[in-house]
Amino acid sequence: MEKMLLLGDEAIAQGALDAGISGMYAYPGTPSTEIMEYVQACGSGVHALWSANEKTAMEEALGMSYAGKRAMVAMKHVGLNVAADPFMNAAITGVNGGLVIVAADDPSMHSSQNEQDSRYYGKFAQIPVFEPSSQQEAYDMTRDAFDLSEKYGVPVLIRITTRLAHSRSQVESRTPLPQRSLHLPEEPLQFVLLPALARKRYKRLLALQKEFMESSEHSPYNLSILKTGGKTGVIACGTGWNYLNEWFPDGDYPGPVLKLSQYPLPVKQIQRMFDQSASILVLEDGYPLVEEMLNGIFPVNKHIKGRLDGTLPRDGELTPDLVASALGFPVNEAYHIPSVVVPRPPSLCNGCSHADLYLALDEVMKEFGKGKVFSDIGCYTLGALPPYNAIYSCVDMGASVTMAKGAADAGMTPSVCVIGDSTFTHSGMTGLLDAVIENTPVTVIISDNSATAMTGGQKSHATDRLVEICKGLGVSPDHIVTLVPLRKNHQENVRILRKEILFEGPSVVIFQRECIQTSARRHKKN
Amino acid sequence: MKTDIILCGVGGQGIISISAVLGIAALEENMHIKQSEIHGMSQRGGSVQSHVRISSNPVASDLIPLANAGLILSVEPMEALRYLPWLSPGGWIVSNNQPFLNIPDYPPVESLMQEYKSRKNAVLINADEIASRCGSAKASNMVMLGAASRFIHLKPESLMHGLEKLFAQKGSSVIDLNLKAFDAGRQASVAL
Ligand SMILES: Cc1ncc(C[n+]2csc(CCOP(=O)(O)OP(=O)(O)O)c2C)c(N)n1
Repeated sequence: MEKMLLLGDEAIAQGALDAGISGMYAYPGTPSTEIMEYVQACGSGVHALWSANEKTAMEEALGMSYAGKRAMVAMKHVGLNVAADPFMNAAITGVNGGLVIVAADDPSMHSSQNEQDSRYYGKFAQIPVFEPSSQQEAYDMTRDAFDLSEKYGVPVLIRITTRLAHSRSQVESRTPLPQRSLHLPEEPLQFVLLPALARKRYKRLLALQKEFMESSEHSPYNLSILKTGGKTGVIACGTGWNYLNEWFPDGDYPGPVLKLSQYPLPVKQIQRMFDQSASILVLEDGYPLVEEMLNGIFPVNKHIKGRLDGTLPRDGELTPDLVASALGFPVNEAYHIPSVVVPRPPSLCNGCSHADLYLALDEVMKEFGKGKVFSDIGCYTLGALPPYNAIYSCVDMGASVTMAKGAADAGMTPSVCVIGDSTFTHSGMTGLLDAVIENTPVTVIISDNSATAMTGGQKSHATDRLVEICKGLGVSPDHIVTLVPLRKNHQENVRILRKEILFEGPSVVIFQRECIQTSARRHKKN
Repeated sequence: MKTDIILCGVGGQGIISISAVLGIAALEENMHIKQSEIHGMSQRGGSVQSHVRISSNPVASDLIPLANAGLILSVEPMEALRYLPWLSPGGWIVSNNQPFLNIPDYPPVESLMQEYKSRKNAVLINADEIASRCGSAKASNMVMLGAASRFIHLKPESLMHGLEKLFAQKGSSVIDLNLKAFDAGRQASVAL
C-alpha cells in the first residue's frame, strides 16, 4: 500500500474510514479538530457533520451504533467532561455497531483550560483504552479498536495528546472494509437503563474486565523487553516510548522495558518486569496514572520514579529533554535566548469584529466599574488582555451566561456576559433559559462572527438562528437587539448597549459581523 | 543522514507550507520523517514553531531535543533567536531579515542585527524583497526554503517537486512564482 504522510489525527480518521464507519461525530476542539476535517474531506458516503456539542455528538454516535453501524466520536479532553454522561452510560448499555471515542488531551495546555488526563475516564468507565505512540499505531489501533468494540460489545476509548495529534509521519494503510448494514440490537432492552436492567448490564461489564485484562496482556501494542541487569526498569506509555527510543535507539536500553499502549494495565507483564528491576521509571504524558497505581496506598519496597517523586515534573508534557534527564543524560543547551527577544502572544486579527464589540463594551462599563463582565471560550477570550481588559472569566463552554446569572442572584448589578455564537449554541442556551424563567437582570452579549473561529472557522450552528433561538427561549423580542460592530456604528452601539445593560430583566445583544478570516477565505474561493 | 530543523515565524506567515513541501520531498526520497506542527487560529499573530525531523533511519521523538537542531529556518528575524536553545553547536540559522511588527514592544531592529553579527553560522536575507521581485511578497516563505535548502539533506529537485505538488491545484502561474522564489532564495543564500 502507498505510504501517506498523516497527522496523528488524520491517521485515526483514515483508520476509522478503513474500518468502515458510517458516521463521524464531533464538536471542534484543539487538538482533535482535524479528525473530523479529514473525514469530511476524504470520506465519501460517511455522515460527517459537526454536532452542537460533545454530548450531542456522543449520543448521535451511540444511536448509530444502536442501528448496527460503526461510528466514531472525537473531541478534545474537556469535551469529554461535557459528554461524560452518555460516555459513562454507554459503557453500561454497551454497543451494537462498533463505537470508538477519541479524546485528545493537551498536556502543557497549548490551547486549553487544563491538562486533564482522559485515561482516567477510560478507567472510570471500565472500558479498554488505547494510547498510540506513533501515527502508524494510531491508524492500526483505530482499526483494531472497532473490532474490539464489537467483540466485547463495549465502546473503546483512544487517548492521544497534542504531540501525536499534530505531528505528521508516514502511515501505511490496510485493505478497507465496507460499511455495515442496518441491524438493530439482538437484545431489545439492551439500551434501557432502568435500574433493574442496568444492574444486569453493569454485571456484564464487570464480568468483561477479566477479558479486557487478557486482551491487554496479549496486545501487540504492549511490549515487554525483559533484559536483565538489575537496572531501572522503564514503563513507557504512549509517546513516552518515543522519548526512550530517542536516547536508546533500536531498543538498546540496558534494563527491562515495558512499552504500554493498551489499558487496563497488563498486570502480569508489569509483575514480570517488577521482579527484574531494582527500581522503576514511569514515562507517561499527562497525570501520573500508572505511577499512582504502582505505588498503591502504602509505599512498595521498590523506588517508583516518575512525576510523583520529582524525577519528572508533576505538570506539563513530556519532552525528549525531560526524559533524558530522568534517564541520567546531561541536557546542555549550546545557546540561550538573547535578552532582546520578547514574547509574541496571539492577538485578535486586524479588523476583528470582537475588537469593535470590546471598544463599545469598555466605554459602557466605565460607569459601572471593573469586574462585572463574565466571558467564555473562543477568540473573544483575548478580550481579557490589554488593550481591552474587558472580561473577567473563562471557565468552560457556556459558563459566562450561568455565572452572570449567579452573580446577579447575589445582587451584583449590572451583570453582563460575552459569549461567542458557537459557544452559545454549544452550552449557553440552557443557561439563558434559567435567566428567562426567573426574569434575572442579566445582559447576554453574543459576539456573533458566524463561525467557530478559534478552531479554524468551522460552520457554527448559530448562524442566522440566534434571534429565533432567543425568542424561542422566551426572551422578550423588545430586548433582543442586533448590532453591527463597526467603527462607524460605535456611538450608536454604545447607546443601545447601555440601554440594555440598564434593563432590569434578561436581555440579549447580538453583535453580528462575520469573522474576517472566514470572510476572506470565502471571497478568495468565489 | 539526518536533518533536524526548527521552522519558525509568526502565525499566518506560511510556515505550514514550508513544512508541507519538506514532507512531500522527504517522502519522495524515501526518508523517514516526523513533523510536529502548531495548529488552530489560537496562534494567529503569535509566534509559531514546527519541529521537522528527516532521517534515513526511523525517527523516534516527534520533538527535537535541545541543542540538536542543525538548522533554524525562520521567516522572521526575532523568532529565529527565540529557538536558539534548540540549535546544535555549530548549527545554522537561515532567516528572513524583515521584522513582523505586530507587538508594541518589538526590540529595535539594530539590536537584533547585533545578535546576528555576533554569530558565525547565520544567513540573513531580505526574503520579502526577493519574493516581490519574483512577483509577489507572499512567496517569501518559499524564498526562505530555497535559501535554507543547501543545509537540508534533500535534493533541491525533490523540494521543487514537492512545491509543485503542494501548489498543483492553484495553477501554473502560482507554481512558477513559487519555483522562481525558491530558486532566487537559493541563489541569494549561496551568494553570501
Ligand atoms: C467543551 C469544549 N469544547 C470545545 C472547546 C474548544 N473551543 C474553544 S473555543 C471554541 C469555539 C468558539 O467559537 P465561538 O464561540 O463562535 O467563538 P469564536 O472563536 O468564533 O470567537 C471551541 C470549539 C473547548 N474549549 N471546550
